[in-house]
Amino acid sequence: MNIDPQLTRILVALVAILLFVAANAIVLVYVERKVAGHVQRRPGPYEVGFHGILQPVADAVKLMGKQLVTPGDGDRVIFWIAPLLAFAPVALCLLPITFGPRTYAFDIDLGLVLILAFAGLNVLALCLAGWGSNNKWSLLGAARSVAQNVAYEIPLLVSVLSVALATGSLNLNTITLTQGTWPWQWNWLINPVAFGIYIICAVAETNRAPFDLPEGESELTAGFHTEYSGMGFGLFFMAEYANMLVVASVATVLFLGGWNGPGAPGWWWFLVKMYAVVFFIIMLRWTFPRVRFDQLLNLSWKWLIPLALANLLVVAFIVKL
Amino acid sequence: MMTEPLQLETGDFYSRHFEKGPREDTLILNMGPQHPSTHGVLRILLELDGEYILRAEPVLGYVHRMHEKMGEVKTCHQYLMNMGRVDYLHALAWNWAHVGAVEKMLGIEVPERAEYIRVITCELNRISSHLLWWGAYLLDLGAFTPILYAFDDREFILDLLQMVTGSRLTYTYNTFGGVVADLPGDFLDGSLAFAKRMRERLPMYKDLVTDNFILRGRVEDIGHIPLEMCVRYGATGPVVRGAGKPYDTRRAEPYSVYDRFDFEIPTSDRDDAFGRYQVRLAEIEQSLRIIEQAVTGIPAGDFLNPKAPKKIKLPVGETYYAVEGARGKIGVYLQGDGGPTPYRVRLRSPTYSNLSLFSEVAGGILLPDAVSILGSLDLVIPEIDR
Amino acid sequence: MGFIRETGNAARGMWSLAVGLKVTGKYFLSPQITCHYPREVLPNMDTFRGHIELIAKPSNPAKSKCIACGSCARACPSGCITVIKKKAEPAPAPEAAGQQDESIPAGQKKKPPKKTAPKEPSLFALDFTTCSLCGQCVQVCPVSALRFSSAINLAGYTREEFHYDLLQRLAEQAEK
Repeated sequence: MNIDPQLTRILVALVAILLFVAANAIVLVYVERKVAGHVQRRPGPYEVGFHGILQPVADAVKLMGKQLVTPGDGDRVIFWIAPLLAFAPVALCLLPITFGPRTYAFDIDLGLVLILAFAGLNVLALCLAGWGSNNKWSLLGAARSVAQNVAYEIPLLVSVLSVALATGSLNLNTITLTQGTWPWQWNWLINPVAFGIYIICAVAETNRAPFDLPEGESELTAGFHTEYSGMGFGLFFMAEYANMLVVASVATVLFLGGWNGPGAPGWWWFLVKMYAVVFFIIMLRWTFPRVRFDQLLNLSWKWLIPLALANLLVVAFIVKL
Repeated sequence: MMTEPLQLETGDFYSRHFEKGPREDTLILNMGPQHPSTHGVLRILLELDGEYILRAEPVLGYVHRMHEKMGEVKTCHQYLMNMGRVDYLHALAWNWAHVGAVEKMLGIEVPERAEYIRVITCELNRISSHLLWWGAYLLDLGAFTPILYAFDDREFILDLLQMVTGSRLTYTYNTFGGVVADLPGDFLDGSLAFAKRMRERLPMYKDLVTDNFILRGRVEDIGHIPLEMCVRYGATGPVVRGAGKPYDTRRAEPYSVYDRFDFEIPTSDRDDAFGRYQVRLAEIEQSLRIIEQAVTGIPAGDFLNPKAPKKIKLPVGETYYAVEGARGKIGVYLQGDGGPTPYRVRLRSPTYSNLSLFSEVAGGILLPDAVSILGSLDLVIPEIDR
Repeated sequence: MGFIRETGNAARGMWSLAVGLKVTGKYFLSPQITCHYPREVLPNMDTFRGHIELIAKPSNPAKSKCIACGSCARACPSGCITVIKKKAEPAPAPEAAGQQDESIPAGQKKKPPKKTAPKEPSLFALDFTTCSLCGQCVQVCPVSALRFSSAINLAGYTREEFHYDLLQRLAEQAEK
């Protein structure tokens, strides 16, 4: 019985991506806490292992060991589907990304559309989490998150569309190849408005500060994931980091030249740029206060969408010339 | 003769003040006693329509520690330690209010050096209280690092005050007739060095936070507390100064040696949360000025009046003494009856009056704005509940 | 015009964010200011008030200056000090009945010699679990026999470990 080589390739890639995402989630937990510590002029995790390297392992063991408590009156099925749904689309979103010149799962012409489509599942997960918790605070968090994610999907789509229009293709491989080796040849300078809008929308889509109202720690005591304990919370936590990876890798491919780079182009340049974007997002969290909810929606509907549309028009105009 | 049965109120606070039974379109939420941003054990009952607050009612009493009752069973000397615990962030001002009330009643004189020492330590404590307020306010608004930068500066103040009083937070330093111990040798130089350092750090606070337009969006035009509302509720301190009136107990009812120092009373025309924010940051600057003047002008002499009585018996009568705390006007009312313990001690807490205007301010605002307003009122719940 | 003003505000806002990031970035690269306890210790812990301890007599380091008057116990707001004064030593046994001293004229009894109680405490106990470090005991002592000890590294498993016997503490300090 012959197994389709394409299918084998996809399965192997899926396993590799899941391992990559899991490893990254663990590493990013540590990196975030260390960055937070150093910004605040303190050591961060230090005791567990050499300079706290084993802290994420200790956290993982703790989370796995906790009792899984379901709220009494909450809907059990919805409550426990939500974290799985938050984590599930990540692997799929990372499939079309071209990590290197030959390191990619499959070459699909609609790679960009695939990613954008599945990134929207995150909203559903948050909504279900808030509803299933039978907790007014979680409900508020979920309602906020739905409005926020829906509002920020649109400028994200439009800015990505402008890049696709300028390149002429939705295939991520093609977009990477049209950008040259040097930083000034990458899309972030050719299309800076789209880059700015994309970064803002990326931070808002992943519910990271300064747009982390759904999870507003100081107002809503953890928002939509208040009622989760143990591995439920662990899954949300990992899903947040995994989503960050997804948006960072899409930013790298679209705007920062993918695996191109001076010297030896390859997957190492991709990883460097991806981690640079992730580091930037982490620094944003520790610097700025939270944006209030109506200001957040105002920002999206009144500023980002018109700007993204204007940018699209300008790009379309230039392409046609 | 049968009298009418008393119309006792039934139900609890919640059902008496809010609608009877659940409504279709609003949500009743408890910003409960355990909440990350109510600065203590404060419960606020909110009726929400989506994100808008229709009604808000603070419910107090979760930290009631019966300080006023303790004043009736302890002697005046034994009561000194209570004052540091009422508002632990500006403990020296509460110390001063109580000690001042007893000194006023008994006519105990305080030597000049002791007055200067009280001024310097109280102003240092005021700066540390404002720094903590600043950090905690930003923590409520979602910025996690400014509190740690504020605590870095606060450590210097705490080290200085530890050198003098032996404690870092709940100071028991003022006593009847002066202060408990003299200043150690390097305290004055340390204070001047701190003042210099703080002045260099204030531009960083401006760069990181005050000019940040996300923060401006969170505090500008939020929580307008006009002057007439302040007057109605008896709000004092940065709340009334943020509404435009330069009322400061240090100038309005001068006490101790404050009339010798040249300092301004910062006010703000905008009566919103940003106005109060600016007033408090400006007060830090003014306190630094007072400290520098006091340190250069401190005379030598006694730190404690040698003729101060060792056993305090309050005569029959009453007195009231007010000082300017970080949160407003702190007052201590003492009534004596000739015995070893006072007959009544009444503590006027500025935050109690400041909080009572919250339900009026909170009609029709958004939930994150409620958090922002509570932060800008600078609440310390143990001081409200005493 | 309003649109241009709005754009200007937005641009200024973005610049303020960049300035904020510069501040945090600068502190990210600056050295840490926290103290890695217990590998490092803070240098100024001797100015902190710890629980009280007795001051020894200059002539005899094993004896305290305390005269067991009890002022500190009465002044304490929380009643955490217990002071028991040493009792006088018992009088020597009376002379055997019948035997009389010839020097005393007949009819008069011999007074037994007076023994005064020494002014020292036989027990000086501090219950640190209720102490609030107010310092009234230190201030009110007429012979200045108490001081703060700056003992800060205290840890225990039971409440009784914080019931200190200050005379024993003084004896241990005198041995050093």
